[in-house]
Amino acid sequence: MNPYAIRKYIVGAIFVLTGLIFVFRLFYLQIIDRSFERSAENNSRRLITQYPARGLIYDRNGKLIVFNEAAYDLMITPIEVKTFDTIEFASLINLSIEAVRLKIRKSKVKTKTNNIFKPSLFVSQLSAENYALLGEKLYKYPGFFVQTRTLRKYANKTAAHLLGYVGEVDSSAIRKDEYNKMGDYIGISGLEKTYEIELRGRKGTNILLVDVHNRVKGSFLNGRADTAAVVGADLTTTLDANLQEYGEFLMQNMRGSAVAIEPSTGEILAMVSTPTFDPGLLVGRSRAANYSMLQTDPQKPLFFRSAMANYPPGSTFKIINGLIGLQEGVLLPNSRYSCSGGYNYGGAKLLKCTHVHGTLNLLQAVSQSCNVYFCNVFKNILDNKKYSSTNQSYNLWRNDVMSFGLGKKFNADISNELSGNVPSSGYYDRVFGKNRWKSSTVISLSIGQAELGITPLQMANMATTIANRGYYYTPHLVKKIKNRNGIDARFLEKHITPFDTAAYGVIVQGMYSAVNEAGGTAYWVNTQSLGIDMCAKTGTAQNPHGMDHSVFIAFAPRENPKIAIAVFVENAGYGATWAGRIASLMVEKYLKGTQTRKPMEDFVLTFKYPKK
Amino acid sequence: MNRRTSFVRNIDWTIVLVYLLLVIMGWVNIYAAVYNEQHKSIFELSQRYGSQMILILAAFVLAFVILLIDLKFYTFFAYPIYGFSLLLLVLVLVMGREINGAKAWLFIGSLSIQPAEFAKFATTLAIAKYLSAYNIKVTSLRALLSVGVLIFLPMLLIILQPDAGSLLVFFSFSIMLFREGLPGVVLLFGFVIAVLFFVSLVVLKVYIIAAIVLIGYLVFMLYTHKYKETFIGFSLTVTLFVIFWGIAKIAFKQVDFYYIIAASFFLSGTVFLVITFFRKIRHVAIFVLFLFGSISFSYSVTYMYTNLLHGHQRDRMDILLGLKQDPLGMGYNVNQSMIAIGSGGFAGKGFLQGTQTKYNFVPEQSTDFIFCTVGEEWGFLGSLVVIGLFMFLLLRVVFISERQRSTFSRVYGYSVASILFFHFAINIGMAIGVLPVIGIPLPFFSYGGSSLWAFTILLFILIRLDASRLELLK
Repeated sequence: MNPYAIRKYIVGAIFVLTGLIFVFRLFYLQIIDRSFERSAENNSRRLITQYPARGLIYDRNGKLIVFNEAAYDLMITPIEVKTFDTIEFASLINLSIEAVRLKIRKSKVKTKTNNIFKPSLFVSQLSAENYALLGEKLYKYPGFFVQTRTLRKYANKTAAHLLGYVGEVDSSAIRKDEYNKMGDYIGISGLEKTYEIELRGRKGTNILLVDVHNRVKGSFLNGRADTAAVVGADLTTTLDANLQEYGEFLMQNMRGSAVAIEPSTGEILAMVSTPTFDPGLLVGRSRAANYSMLQTDPQKPLFFRSAMANYPPGSTFKIINGLIGLQEGVLLPNSRYSCSGGYNYGGAKLLKCTHVHGTLNLLQAVSQSCNVYFCNVFKNILDNKKYSSTNQSYNLWRNDVMSFGLGKKFNADISNELSGNVPSSGYYDRVFGKNRWKSSTVISLSIGQAELGITPLQMANMATTIANRGYYYTPHLVKKIKNRNGIDARFLEKHITPFDTAAYGVIVQGMYSAVNEAGGTAYWVNTQSLGIDMCAKTGTAQNPHGMDHSVFIAFAPRENPKIAIAVFVENAGYGATWAGRIASLMVEKYLKGTQTRKPMEDFVLTFKYPKK
Repeated sequence: MNRRTSFVRNIDWTIVLVYLLLVIMGWVNIYAAVYNEQHKSIFELSQRYGSQMILILAAFVLAFVILLIDLKFYTFFAYPIYGFSLLLLVLVLVMGREINGAKAWLFIGSLSIQPAEFAKFATTLAIAKYLSAYNIKVTSLRALLSVGVLIFLPMLLIILQPDAGSLLVFFSFSIMLFREGLPGVVLLFGFVIAVLFFVSLVVLKVYIIAAIVLIGYLVFMLYTHKYKETFIGFSLTVTLFVIFWGIAKIAFKQVDFYYIIAASFFLSGTVFLVITFFRKIRHVAIFVLFLFGSISFSYSVTYMYTNLLHGHQRDRMDILLGLKQDPLGMGYNVNQSMIAIGSGGFAGKGFLQGTQTKYNFVPEQSTDFIFCTVGEEWGFLGSLVVIGLFMFLLLRVVFISERQRSTFSRVYGYSVASILFFHFAINIGMAIGVLPVIGIPLPFFSYGGSSLWAFTILLFILIRLDASRLELLK
């Protein structure tokens, strides 16, 4: 017997041990660690995203405002790229040779986000002409393919601020919503942002099987796992495109805003904010350049005055004080005060009036906008003996003011809205000291000055509330979303002010006479000859930025009003002159559909700011 | 009973069946690995699966012929066959065409052969012939050197190609030599060298030397039971260490522990050696010299590693040892291979459903990485079957070798087991990421005529020898 025969067992043991190690290793690889399954999927499946067309946007009359245009993204799969004729390629896509070379070099750098085996964006939004040229020759450039996307297109150059714009997602948007993927487009501002979910629709995916060279080998499960893209829902806005356009036309040389609302529903008919810009500028490849151009423009065209500017309401605010006075019982419709051209308060100080009005009642005071009258009213409200302190009566006054939607956000569907400012009693406590202030300290609130800041939207809502004699619906921009029943319940909720309808009667009468009776502050712009019963209140708001703002609120017709409007023209002077004319013209445009007062229109268009 | 029927009956049909199973399974998996939609038939000759079918049929003919040849042919022509294979290895260096940086292929008409594959069984025959000669003992130095030369000659020629995979296969003869009586210490020594080599690359030198010294003293203590001497020696080392450390700290303001440990150990070791020599304690010299050797070896490994290995071999080693993480670079092959096998799961994705191998994510998926197709499409179960079959084959070959009466047949059989085992272990070990990527085929499975034929010849000579085991007594 061979003395070493025993060693056969050692040899056998080595064999078996190796086999066992392999089995354990395979058990780990194939059964315990499932990460390989995912890696295999990543390897061999290419997800082709089908981008749905974004929902269209219509005005209240079914006129198309925003639609889509095809655009072509040139994609690159870096690993597949072979050497090619860079000169021809660069000319096909309108880039310099250096730019093309740089982009290719960049795309081939492996990073956490850049996988050289997967397609990434090379040039976004080729024009249709470039695409046509490139398409024929694309076969010469392995590693490149074109993905169709849609771009926003605008029927007119209007309503840029409120429509908003669409842009590529940033990392924070991706974090917030998993739906968003690198390279997607989402609404960045305005309606595009507010109604992003509705407008974007749903992306679809086609799953393709690819080999190691990323060559498509067929579709996964014969397409059974693919999902079709769902087109975004169309929006019907409350806007009247014609009115919006007309407002922007009238105010083209001004800084300011005009907001019109349908009182019976809270639907916003127009939201003019000037200076404005062409929404088409913020589309496509030149968006970034245009955006920074707009951002550095000293006129600040990107600033959405309608919802963001804090203007003092000026004399338009007198009607609010009138209503509160009536409600509190410190003012009667026939209460008379005498105006000698100014109001004495706090000893020797004088708040001037525009005229020496003599003795007036409430109606006349509204119609002729007498400062002295409303100083007295305001004094009586705050010094009301019913309440223990100015603080208490001020807080009640403030609540009443805010019941018109002033000093707070509506939180409707308007993005970037600001709240305006109706100062709290706490604010005055801080400024003057607790119990160290009284009606005379804050007397300029009576005529809508001091710290008051009201946005044009809030102002229009105030006009709406008066037109409705005591209530409003939250002003909103969208009337209907396709395939969805009704609108947001929030927009159907009636907000009621704590004032008697009778009190409104007196105020409305005053506003009516302001327009329709000689001596009324808005008599210049009356619309009687057109058969329109308009009620209005003028305002000339002092402000720290130079000349007074021209302010005007109005509604028409007097009974069953169809439109309420607020107009601000910055540093334009007397209320009726500019803001009043614009309001009057827009009311006519909306109610009649046409414009018959060419001279007035021409006059408005002559507006010019003095050169600085 | 006539001689022919007894011969047929004496053929080990079990191993023939296993061979057939492996070859057919290999063919089916090659079909799945390089499946071409345009050529769906497995018999399509323009595709690898079609040509593999031809190669398999040729292998069957070869096997049949081998069984027919008289077994004296193999003993008689062992050296001429060996000489002829060396000639082919020289020829390939002269006339071979360079593919992937190696001159490994000879082209004869449309036939391409890999002489290194055939050198394996030729060397096997030669060693068997030599060791079966009268009065040769593996334990003798002369015999060992002669066998070494027989193995070394083809290795030298293969290194010139160069083909690292085929080269390493020749080390597998050590398993056979172990069975024939090569001292276990030699194998253990080789094993320690291999372990030291890998450890030297992964672990910091200073830890290695500290570990070697500690383990050395520990083993010495346990082996000789000389606790006092161990304590003295160890104290000596520690004392010297502290002194050297103090000197280095003061004189050079910086401390390199590696050199301090090395210096203190070499000095204390020498002193210890002298003391124990006079006290007549045995084995100390072997221990101390072995430790000195280990330390010098680990020190020189880095040098060898950077200077003797090729760039891509070093890269592959680095990836295996975890020194480099680069899934898209050098580690790509192993990574893709593990993804393919891992994604197979328990029962696999099903025949022709493997995306990783079919869509070429795994490189060499019909040759060196054929096991990926098994793992991906047949899952853990399929892998188990393949490993089980190989295990059975290997143990069966050992079993067959043990029942041989002649040294020639036994040596030959063990060589077959060793070579098959080495291929099996390296190939699958590489595919599942436990061994570095060394390009050698999986026996009977991988695509390619040379390896299939060479393994068929290798195995069927054994079957032929076994069938006549009762006639051969020498």
